[in-house]
Amino acid sequence: MISLRAVTVRYGSTPAISSMSEEIGPGEWVGLIGPNGAGKTTLLSAVAGLVPHEGDIRVDGAIVSSLSPKRLARLVAYVPQQPVLPADMTVGQYVLLGRTPHIGYFGFESAADRRVCGELVDSLDLGPMSQRPLATLSGGEMQRLVLARALAQEAPVLLLDEPTSALDLGRRVEALELVDTLRKERGLTVLSALHDLTLAGQFAERLILLAGGRAVVTGKPDEVLTERSLTGHFGAHVRVLCSDGDLVVVPQRVR
Amino acid sequence: MSTTLPQRPLVPVPTIAGLDVTDSSLRPVSARRAVVVAFGALVGAVVLGVSIGPADVSFSAVLRVVASHVPFVHFHSGVSRVDADVLWQIRLPRVVLGGMVGAMLAGGGAAFQGVFRNPLADPYLLGVAAGAGLGATLVIVAGSRLSELLPLAAFAGAVGAVTLTYLVGATVGRQGATVSIVLAGVAVAALLTAIQTFLQQQHAPDLQAVYGWILGSLTVATWSDVVLILPYVALSAVVLIAHRRLLDVLRVGEDEAESLGVRSARVRLTVVAAATLGTAAAVAVSGLIGFVGIIVPHTVRLTTNASYRVVVPVSMIGGAAFLILADVAARTVLAPSEIPIGVVTAFVGAPFFLFVLRSRRVGRST
Repeated sequence: MISLRAVTVRYGSTPAISSMSEEIGPGEWVGLIGPNGAGKTTLLSAVAGLVPHEGDIRVDGAIVSSLSPKRLARLVAYVPQQPVLPADMTVGQYVLLGRTPHIGYFGFESAADRRVCGELVDSLDLGPMSQRPLATLSGGEMQRLVLARALAQEAPVLLLDEPTSALDLGRRVEALELVDTLRKERGLTVLSALHDLTLAGQFAERLILLAGGRAVVTGKPDEVLTERSLTGHFGAHVRVLCSDGDLVVVPQRVR
Repeated sequence: MSTTLPQRPLVPVPTIAGLDVTDSSLRPVSARRAVVVAFGALVGAVVLGVSIGPADVSFSAVLRVVASHVPFVHFHSGVSRVDADVLWQIRLPRVVLGGMVGAMLAGGGAAFQGVFRNPLADPYLLGVAAGAGLGATLVIVAGSRLSELLPLAAFAGAVGAVTLTYLVGATVGRQGATVSIVLAGVAVAALLTAIQTFLQQQHAPDLQAVYGWILGSLTVATWSDVVLILPYVALSAVVLIAHRRLLDVLRVGEDEAESLGVRSARVRLTVVAAATLGTAAAVAVSGLIGFVGIIVPHTVRLTTNASYRVVVPVSMIGGAAFLILADVAARTVLAPSEIPIGVVTAFVGAPFFLFVLRSRRVGRST
């Protein structure tokens, strides 16, 4: 579904992503992990067509750099780490923005567009607050809201940049469970940067460990979440424990 | 979000396509009411504008004079020749021109606040006022035989200033980020104002004329002024209203708008070009009338809805009403002498602006 061939992204002369190649299959959930500055956000932005790149990025067979923004937005929905939420926009208005790629330049939302958004708002439990301004929402509600806008694009690929960073522990699990449910229901391909390594191991089917703009380890969670690779690339001492079949990554203090 | 069919209003309400008064997420009552209230204010302002003046003429006489000018209809107004001329040659063009100028300044302000995501943006942000001021000053100091050229020079100065701002601002920074365009506008305005001030100081006898123009006035409005700016005003209004949904998309920022399939830099350029054309045409015939572009859109935002689908069209209607009323005040408060209209709009605008600044909405994203 997403195919990267020798992808390099440069900011100025320094490469933020160096010659990366990867295949992500349809319906797969691939997690991007790695230390700050490893290139996770850059990679997601490149797939979303927001930063110029060298090499080939294809989504559903189409070359990203040759697609119009509108065509790309029908294939890829991108949720940045800190979405802009205009304080006085209402929940309903915000979700409707997700229909933009399906509306002509001078056009307006059709009844069908409104129906799609109405169903999403209901299925993500945002119905009772559809008239509320965004400033009044809690962190968990905001996370569901930005997911609703992204899903309104009806794109087969969902890019999530640290979708849980602003949430408490319970809301984190809830948000990722929601993504997983939606992925299975709608057959979405999910590529997401994940900060919490334990959750990354629990939810992603495959992990890519990025360091210095390169994919240094790729594979199933138990192949990537090893004490050796994490200690080496995160610059921290970690223990990886196993609890009921789940991997638990525990940072160690150096005394 | 309701998906049921909307109920038809019992009374036909002026609606604008896309300003979907049945959309529950747009707070239907307030959006519809805003359109009605703005239209009502405009009608009231027009009635006041044509009825008030030194010559005592009834409103029905106004209607009869207007009817007598409808092409192909031979209707005798029965109004005295002098009164008819006062109405047709002086008051009506002044009201119409005031409405057009007010609509452009308010609509341009709303549009600039949208594309620059800055609640303090007004249509003069990118140098329109400084450019027009320089153009007008050049004509005034060059001598009275060129005075016919004043609107053209002001228009050219305004458009030239914004073009310069865009050429400089959009080529630096990341794909012409809005901040660099705004900063370039500040620099261009400062430069042109410096030149204008220098010229003004070198030609002290013309000081009064230059100053009078800068404060703005509709005193010498004629039908030819109306015809002169009509194409620009019409084009600008159509383009701005057509972009009102896209202005809402831009509220989530350039990157996210882009990821939703909108070429934000192109939308911004189109909107800026349209708003600049309309504003330049307005200042060319009216001088530099301040504050309209800030207070009218913010009033709409604060009292009804922050969606640009509402803010852009309602600001235009409300701006027209506001400027016609300001002009009525300008010519009646100290009658028979006139107060510059820019003084009236600022006198109302400054206290209102303080109120906007104090209100909690300012400082958040528009």
